[in-house]
Amino acid sequence: MKLDVTELVAGYDGRKVLNGLSVAIPPGKLTVIIGPNASGKSTLLRTMARLLKPRGGAVLLDGQPLHELPPRLVAQRLGVLPQAPLVPEGISVLDLVSRGRQPYQRWWRQWSADDETVVRQALSDADVADLADRPIEELSGGQRQRVWIAMALAQQTETLLLDEPTTFLDLAHQVDVLALMRRLQRGGRTIVAVLHDLNQAARFADHIIAMRDGEVVATGAPSNVVTADLVRQVFGLECVVVPCPVSGAPLVVPTGKE
Amino acid sequence: MSGYVKRGFVVILGAVLLGVAAVASLAIGSKAIPVHEVFDVLLHPSASEASVIVWDMRLPRTLAGIEVGLALAIAGAMMQTLTRNPIAEPRILGISAGASTGVVVAIAMFGISTLAGWIWFGLLGAALAGLLVFGIAARSRDGAHPVNLALAGAAVDAGLGSLIYGLLSIDAATFDQFRFWVVGSLAGRTPQMALQVAPFIAVGLVLAVFVARGLDALALGDDMARGLGQSVARVRIIGGTAAVLLTGAAVALAGPIAFVGLAVPHAARALVGTGHRWVLPVSALFGVVMVLSADILGRVLFPPGEVPAGVITALVGAPVLLWTVLRSGK
Repeated sequence: MKLDVTELVAGYDGRKVLNGLSVAIPPGKLTVIIGPNASGKSTLLRTMARLLKPRGGAVLLDGQPLHELPPRLVAQRLGVLPQAPLVPEGISVLDLVSRGRQPYQRWWRQWSADDETVVRQALSDADVADLADRPIEELSGGQRQRVWIAMALAQQTETLLLDEPTTFLDLAHQVDVLALMRRLQRGGRTIVAVLHDLNQAARFADHIIAMRDGEVVATGAPSNVVTADLVRQVFGLECVVVPCPVSGAPLVVPTGKE
Repeated sequence: MSGYVKRGFVVILGAVLLGVAAVASLAIGSKAIPVHEVFDVLLHPSASEASVIVWDMRLPRTLAGIEVGLALAIAGAMMQTLTRNPIAEPRILGISAGASTGVVVAIAMFGISTLAGWIWFGLLGAALAGLLVFGIAARSRDGAHPVNLALAGAAVDAGLGSLIYGLLSIDAATFDQFRFWVVGSLAGRTPQMALQVAPFIAVGLVLAVFVARGLDALALGDDMARGLGQSVARVRIIGGTAAVLLTGAAVALAGPIAFVGLAVPHAARALVGTGHRWVLPVSALFGVVMVLSADILGRVLFPPGEVPAGVITALVGAPVLLWTVLRSGK
C-alpha cells in the first residue's frame, strides 16, 4: 500500500503548520519522522492518520484522496495510535483490544469467531497475551503502550501510524516498544512513527523524514540523513556523529556548551 | 468465554428482578392484592375491585415506571460517555430542569393540560438546556471539561428551578397541576399517558442501539474514535438526540426523577464492563428495577400517605453521587 502526501496544507485554527508539503512513505518500511518541537511532525502524522483535515493538497492512499474515502474502510487499512488515548474506567486488556475490531463490525454483524482469532493473535504479537484479563489501570506505562499497539494490530491494517509512542516511557520500555515496531515491520507492515530521540530513530528506522518549520529538510536512510550538518541545520545543535558500537548506525553525540 | 457467561447471568438476573418488581408493583399498595389474584385479573378483567385497581391504577403506573426507569438509566449512561464525565446524568447536567421548565411554561403560559402537549415542550426544554450547558462549558478556557460541565449544569438547574417556582407562585392553577408532578412521581398516570410517551422513548432506544458501538469508540478519545473509523460528530449528535428524547419523555411523564441515570449505569459497568452493547441494556433493566422499587417503597413507608418515587431515588442517589465524586477525584 502506498501513502503519499502532495502539496499538503494543514494546521490548527488560524495557524498553518504545513504549507505545501510533499513526501512519500516507502511501503513495507519503518519510517520515523524527526524534528524539533513545533516542526510540524505530529501535524503531518495526524493529517496522514485522518485525525486532521487538510486545508489544501491531499494525502493519497494508493492514489485516492484519503479524506474522501469512507472512514470505516480507511480504518481497515490504516491503524492509528494517537498521543493520549483515554482509558475507560475498569476496562480489561481483552475488552480494549477487542475494540480494534470495530471497523469490521456493523450493528447487524456482531462478534465472530474470526474476530476472536484476530484479537488473540494481536495480543500475542504485542506480547500482552498473559495480561488479557487485567484491568488497564494496573499496568505499567510500557505494558499499556503495548496494549494500545495490540488494539491497533487487531484492526489488521497494512499500515500503522504512531504519534510519539515512546514519549512517556522509561528507557527500557522505550526500547521494548521500538523493538515491537521493528518486529511488526518485519512481519510485512508499513510503520510510521514520530520520535523525539534522534539516536533511537537512527538505530531503528529504515527511512527518516527530518522536518523543520513545517518543511521536509531531508529524507532517506539513517546513514545518509543523520549527519553533523543535518543535526545543526534541523536542531541547531553542534555534534559529532560516530558509528554506534552495537549496530553501526549513526550515533549523535552533542558537543558545545558544557 | 467466561465473560459472556457472567454478563449473560447479569442480564437474566436483571430481567428476573424486573419481573418481580413489576408484579410487586401490581400487588402492593394501600389495598394489597395477592399475587395469584393479580395474575387472575390480568388474564380475566372483571368489574371486581381488585381488577379495577390493577387495570386502572397500578398497571398504568407500573408501565410508566418501566418507561421512566429505562429511559433515565440509558440517558444517564450515554451522557456519561458523551461528556466523559462520571457524574453526568439528566438531573446534574440540567437537562431534566430544562424539560421541567418546558412543561411549566406549557401549563402556565399556553394553558396546555395534556401530556401530549407537554411532551413537545419538555423535549424542547431538554434540548435547549442541553445546548445551553454545553455552550457555557465549551466557552470556558479548557473547553467542555467535566468539572465545567457539571458546574454549568448545576447553574442551569438552579436558575431554571427558580424560574419554575416563580411561574408557579404567580399562578395558583398551574401550581395545583404541577404540585404532584414536580418532585417526580408515578402516581396518577393514566394508560393514555404511558402510551403517549412510548413512541418518543422507542425512537430514543433505537438511536441508542444504533450508536452503541460509536460510544465504545468515543470513550477512547476523539482521535482514537476517528482512527477506528467513527465520525465523532455523528456519534455526538445521534447520542445527544437520543439522550434528549429519553430525558424529555421521561420528565414529561413523571417529573424529574433524579439519580437513576447516575447510580444505575455505574452499577451496570461494575457488573458487565464498559462495552455499551452490555451497559445500555443492563442499565435499562436495573433502571426499571430502581424506579419501580422506589415507587413501591414510597407506597408502603408512611401509609396512607405516599412518598413520591423521586424522593426515594434521591435518598439512594445522593450517596452514590458523593461516592463517585470522591472516587474520581483520586
